[in-house]
Amino acid sequence: MQTYGPYDPSVDYVPGPAPRPKYTGRANEAGGAETPSWRPLHMSRRNFLRGVACSGVVIGGSSYLFSGTTPARADTRAVERLVRLTVNGRTHSIEVAPNETLATTLRYRLGLTGTKIGCNQAECGACTVIADGITIYSCSTLTHRVRDSEITTIEGIAGEDGTLHPVQQAFIEELAPQCGFCTPGQVVSAVALLNRNPKPTIEEARLAMSGNLCRCGAYDHYLRGVMKASERV
Amino acid sequence: MTDVMHNFELFQPATLEDARAILGDHQDAWILAGGMDSLDWFKHRVKMPAVVVDIAGIPDLHGIREEDDGGLWIGATTTLTEVNESELVKSRFPALAQAALHVASPQIRNKGTIGGNVSQDTRCPYYRDGFPCYRAGGNTCYANTPTAMNREHALFGVSRCVAVTPSDTAIALTALEAVFTVERAGSRQDILASDFFIGPAIDITRMTALEPGDILVGIRIPGKWAGSRQYFEKVADRQTWDFALVNIAMAAKMENGAISDISMVCGAVECTPRRLTDVESLVRGEKPGQELETLVKRVASRGAEPLNFNHFKIPLMENLAVRAIRSLA
Ligand SMILES: Cc1cc2nc3c(=O)[nH]c(=O)nc-3n(C[C@H](O)[C@H](O)[C@H](O)COP(=O)(O)OP(=O)(O)OC[C@H]3O[C@@H](n4cnc5c(N)ncnc54)[C@H](O)[C@@H]3O)c2cc1C
Ligand code: SF4
Ligand code: FES
Ligand code: FES
Repeated sequence: MQTYGPYDPSVDYVPGPAPRPKYTGRANEAGGAETPSWRPLHMSRRNFLRGVACSGVVIGGSSYLFSGTTPARADTRAVERLVRLTVNGRTHSIEVAPNETLATTLRYRLGLTGTKIGCNQAECGACTVIADGITIYSCSTLTHRVRDSEITTIEGIAGEDGTLHPVQQAFIEELAPQCGFCTPGQVVSAVALLNRNPKPTIEEARLAMSGNLCRCGAYDHYLRGVMKASERV
Repeated sequence: MTDVMHNFELFQPATLEDARAILGDHQDAWILAGGMDSLDWFKHRVKMPAVVVDIAGIPDLHGIREEDDGGLWIGATTTLTEVNESELVKSRFPALAQAALHVASPQIRNKGTIGGNVSQDTRCPYYRDGFPCYRAGGNTCYANTPTAMNREHALFGVSRCVAVTPSDTAIALTALEAVFTVERAGSRQDILASDFFIGPAIDITRMTALEPGDILVGIRIPGKWAGSRQYFEKVADRQTWDFALVNIAMAAKMENGAISDISMVCGAVECTPRRLTDVESLVRGEKPGQELETLVKRVASRGAEPLNFNHFKIPLMENLAVRAIRSLA
């Protein structure tokens, strides 16, 4: 039975059985079978995505993500594919398919992978972003819908110099994130609440945070974090 | 199975006229408002319309206005958050404000529209998963077999399909006797709530009177119940996201401590919002109190025909009716 070598976090392990060494017909010098060598992918998935976002060439190539088969527009009144999208104060000119969700655009075209996709069907809140001051699920919003909106993602919450937002600081102090997958969405929902209502009651905070599922069940920690942050904003 | 949606042509008309023209040119066009229901269908690839018309940018369809009779007009693309935060709605029709507040989650309410909420399709899991049931044009109901999971399904008005209405605002709007303004082939029609929501006996493939190409322009709530005593309550498995197991909306007028007029509607027990006419005629002219509550409990679910797994909805419905009446005491 072949196994992978020691776990290396910088490597993306492909699913399925470990690659088998080529059978050469003879044992190696040590007398055993050849040591299976695990060849890592050259880039981790995270780096690959970063790369994708910055290089137009690969974007065109990743057509499995971006439905390369869109027919030519038959009706000229249909939307243009080129849009200007304002995210975290920067305006990007990008090509966006009509059936593309904002979460996809943010993550795979702009490289803003802080926005997570959990359920992809409006049932978890991991993809929460702010559009014109209100929170929305980016997984369930067509990018074309928010062309004219000001979008803020988790990457736009901390200060330019990296100073954490009071919400982020309070979440750390209250040990809110456990696995952390829901955290970007929780931060965004909390920031949107405090922007609108800097001194919420705990009931108001609970309601505002109720669209963000936490699979680790750290709700009370997040809630305490929101209340703590509200004393500092 | 929710990777990427199928390819479609997207239109974002800026005026009602443009929308009408596009819908006229594309017979299979799908109207998109907030998209909270639509995108689910597309992602699961159960519905794959070639043309999608996003109506959210049309100013004529948006907003909340006062009407001369003391009622309100609510544009179809007004979001549920706008409805539940509106002072006009809260002061005149608190049952509707409450209903809008109890839909799904804050992010869904921020984007989901009231027009989409009343027009959304049923949540029967068999149907949503693409089973070829009656509602999908087939010839069986997967939710009504000896082993089917039908905990969320209907108690009343079954005709082959046992699905229920999913919308919270539909219940409040029916109790408030709202009128739905629909634009069909260039002319406007006003449809009463009692006719707007249709059951399987009328058309098993639709939940509302809207036909393909029809645009719901707005909803008019007459002044009749403005400022009356109102009640809304929803029971669901979780407070967020989950659809009602049973919900109730009531509007009532009191005179000298007695109920002079009342409208009471229950949701998630039938394919359409169910008006509890038995309760209404029982309590008119009566004073709320323990005696009346006992009687209300007896008649509230009269005629219910539960399926295998939804017997629990009967006491739930009775208790909600009692609690609504109790709120008047
Ligand atoms: C996870 C989740 C939980 C939910 N929980 C609840 C709940 O508890 N209670 C509840 O009531 N709802 C619930 N919903 C449903 C949600 O509230 C509705 O899907 C939403 O309000 C629909 O509004 P929309 O504008 O997003 O609809 P869309 O998806 O844009 O439209 C829905 C349907 O209505 C049609 N339509 C929309 N506007 C018009 C118009 N003006 N004219 C003609 N046709 C139109 C569309 O063609 C489509 O078929 C939930 C949804 C999700 C995803
Ligand atoms: S209840 Fe209606 S929608 Fe559900 S499976 Fe039966 S026919 Fe289809
Ligand atoms: S990924 Fe958008 S709500 Fe779950
Ligand atoms: S911290 Fe793990 S899901 Fe919330």
